[in-house]
Amino acid sequence: MTKTFSLSAAALLASSFTAQAFAEEVNVYSNRQEFLIKPIIDTFTKETGIDVNVVFIKDGMGERLEREGRLSPADLVLTVDVSRLMDVVDKELTQAVQSDVLEANIPAQYRDADGKWFALTTRARVVYSSAERVGKTDITYEELADPKYKGKICTRSGKHPYNVALTASMIAEHGSEYTKNWLQGLKANLAQKPQGGDRDQVKAIRDGVCDYALGNSYYYGAMLNDEEQREWAEAAVVNFPNQADRGTHVNISAVAMTSHAKNKDAALKLMEFLSGDEAQHLYASANHEYPVKPGVEPSELVKGWGDFKADSLPLTEVAKHAQEAIKLVDEVQYDL
Amino acid sequence: MKRYGWTVSSWGIALVLTLPVLALIAEALLPAEDIFRHLWASVLPAYIGNTFWLVSLVMGLSLLFGLPAAWLMAMCELPGRRLLQWALILPLAMPSYIVAFVYTDLLDYSGPVQLALRDWFGWQSAGDYFFPPIRTLGGAALVMGLVLYPYVYLLGRTAFLEQSTSLIQSSRLLGCSPWQSFRRVSLPLARPALAVGLSLVAMETLAEFGTVNFFAVNTLTTAVYDTWLGYGSLQAAAKISAIMLLVVMVLLSLERMSRQRQQVFQKSMGHEQETGYRLTGGRKWAALAFCWGLVGLGFLLPFGILCYHAVRYFDRAWNARFFEYSLNSLVLSAVVAVLALAIALLLGMTHRLRGKRYTVLPMRLASMGYALPGTVLAIGVLVPLTMMDFAINDLALWLGLPEPGLLLTGTMTAIAFGYLVRFGAMAIGAVESSLNKVSPSLDMVTQTMGYGPAAMIRRVHLPLIRKGMLAGALLVFIECMKELPAALLLRPFNFQTLATYVYQFVSDEQLELGALPAIVIVLVGLIPLIFLNRSLEQHH
Repeated sequence: MTKTFSLSAAALLASSFTAQAFAEEVNVYSNRQEFLIKPIIDTFTKETGIDVNVVFIKDGMGERLEREGRLSPADLVLTVDVSRLMDVVDKELTQAVQSDVLEANIPAQYRDADGKWFALTTRARVVYSSAERVGKTDITYEELADPKYKGKICTRSGKHPYNVALTASMIAEHGSEYTKNWLQGLKANLAQKPQGGDRDQVKAIRDGVCDYALGNSYYYGAMLNDEEQREWAEAAVVNFPNQADRGTHVNISAVAMTSHAKNKDAALKLMEFLSGDEAQHLYASANHEYPVKPGVEPSELVKGWGDFKADSLPLTEVAKHAQEAIKLVDEVQYDL
Repeated sequence: MKRYGWTVSSWGIALVLTLPVLALIAEALLPAEDIFRHLWASVLPAYIGNTFWLVSLVMGLSLLFGLPAAWLMAMCELPGRRLLQWALILPLAMPSYIVAFVYTDLLDYSGPVQLALRDWFGWQSAGDYFFPPIRTLGGAALVMGLVLYPYVYLLGRTAFLEQSTSLIQSSRLLGCSPWQSFRRVSLPLARPALAVGLSLVAMETLAEFGTVNFFAVNTLTTAVYDTWLGYGSLQAAAKISAIMLLVVMVLLSLERMSRQRQQVFQKSMGHEQETGYRLTGGRKWAALAFCWGLVGLGFLLPFGILCYHAVRYFDRAWNARFFEYSLNSLVLSAVVAVLALAIALLLGMTHRLRGKRYTVLPMRLASMGYALPGTVLAIGVLVPLTMMDFAINDLALWLGLPEPGLLLTGTMTAIAFGYLVRFGAMAIGAVESSLNKVSPSLDMVTQTMGYGPAAMIRRVHLPLIRKGMLAGALLVFIECMKELPAALLLRPFNFQTLATYVYQFVSDEQLELGALPAIVIVLVGLIPLIFLNRSLEQHH
């Protein structure tokens, strides 16, 4: 019995070594689930013949890269959320990349001046409102803390990176003291303890638990495409906050080359491919995100929500305030 | 002289298994005062309170569910007992985060239960009535109690079965009622095993992340995550982990100290004959309802709902990679279970042979990893393993050979090692509590007859502690099948376990699509259950 097990274990072990075949390959550490980027990667492999191996790492990508050092097999990292990206960049785990293609495809505000990271998509932090009880609204993030919304608002955990980024952008705009009061006001308006994911907030609106909720734009698209969840989504409307002033807060998903990348050429090809028309279009149509490449249209569904003005605050500024944002969330005991 | 080999290898293995914990302790000693102080001033007290209540509640519930079930199955004749005693272990094969999801689905506002209630009473909206919210501390405790009680049940039943029937018969002859006999003979004898079961439950609860996160209950474990990922401070996170570790150590020592005076050895092989109480009438039905109720709530209902989702989303969820991931999980879990059992035997027997106070230390050291949350432990595992990887590569360079790359952290080795560190405690605990019941006079007799330690173990101890060994190996196996956070961080390229595969969907808020692989986790976990239960059944 044990013999067979150890034999099959040995076989597995042997097969888990990535054979140094002649085929070119790129190894990717991704914050993003493999199946979400699979269609894009499959297209890349079909066109170039380069194999792409992806490990989905939810948390601790920076730690793992740091420990692996020069031996790390990773060539690229794909991250969601700017703070998580900056964690890797600030630890000097990514290298500067010079590429005319990337610079032409990605507007300057969506990439690092030295080429240490490149955003691929943006997503807006929107306010969902009840289609039945509220309808479309010109709400601002600041107004969410207004006592008149008492018991009407739902959010997920204040410490989730997407909410942290939003809070950080509030600090950048209004300073800490204002933001702390804002968080306190928002907490006082919550219909229930912060819980669930972005989709759950939409569901809560449908269930009549709350009238307003914070969430990312692309979840709404994903819900409309799901037979069962469609009716949850139809109970809510997407609103882009702060259109009259600084604009709606956006976050990014990004790619960067690791400092010790072994397959630099192939990795650069993949980076360039991800910023190109085809991949950007796939991102838009499959995941309902906003492509960064000018001229690539969002999906029909996303276009239906209308154009919006995005906050022009540089995302690196948002990342700088992330720590402070978490501190404030803890201080007002937002999640408790 | 010959016995030094035992001691040395015991300490060696214990130290290797302690390395990840030591790495974290070293990390905890680095300064992180300001963050720690800030946490202390804001949320930590509330988290500690939550953790305390959660662990207490889950322990209480596990005892409430597991102990009566264990006694009924070991001592009473009930119709369908053979099936039932096996079915009672089933909830253990359910990952608790899956059960949490299923019950949330069932009991939240838009779930079938509240929908039916609204229809029935004509309520219109959430404001019209009160329904206990599931995403609370109480809800989390209930879900965890339902999936963790089998620890108490399994170890308790094994202990009751290993008890000498002559003791029970004597107590009855001396005029004890069945209840008194249970309270004054069976229960004290089973206490070490129950204590091990409960400490497994407590540690499992302490380290649980999936369920509490899903239910939005903030505990020390979630605090460890927030501190590490949010504040980016591994030092402060390690500090919190170290405090948790300390609490666990204190609790375990207290429990052991209270048992120190108790030394009971059994002069028999357990049940020589069936002397079950025959339950009849109302008692029979009550016992059956209790046991099947547990199986129903902890397994049948969630499993049924999973099947329902799996059928509905079958076309989207079905793909050919199942077989590969199932095999990965199966092999990984089996290898770890066998290794853990071997280590547990080595440590347990060393302690037995040397009989010294201090030889218990390797056992305690090797069990420390169990109290740590998976992701934190995974970082601890990365530290020594990457060091070794670098040593190997430097050696290769020095010898003028090509660098082999990440031999340990880039392969299944890392996950297997992580699991050994995390779940070794279960095998060690099970072997220890069984060994403690074997009378030392047996050892003396064997030695008098001129047998060496190896022969003694093979011919005396192993047959006597077989049940404990099997139970330990089984627990390790099932835990490895379900484990998620460490696997997520330590996974090499192109390697998925069933749990990480299920998590793909869970993390994307598409739990329905994860139903099918979740079913496979449970089914693959059942294979050794059936196999092991058979061998537990066979009488010597």
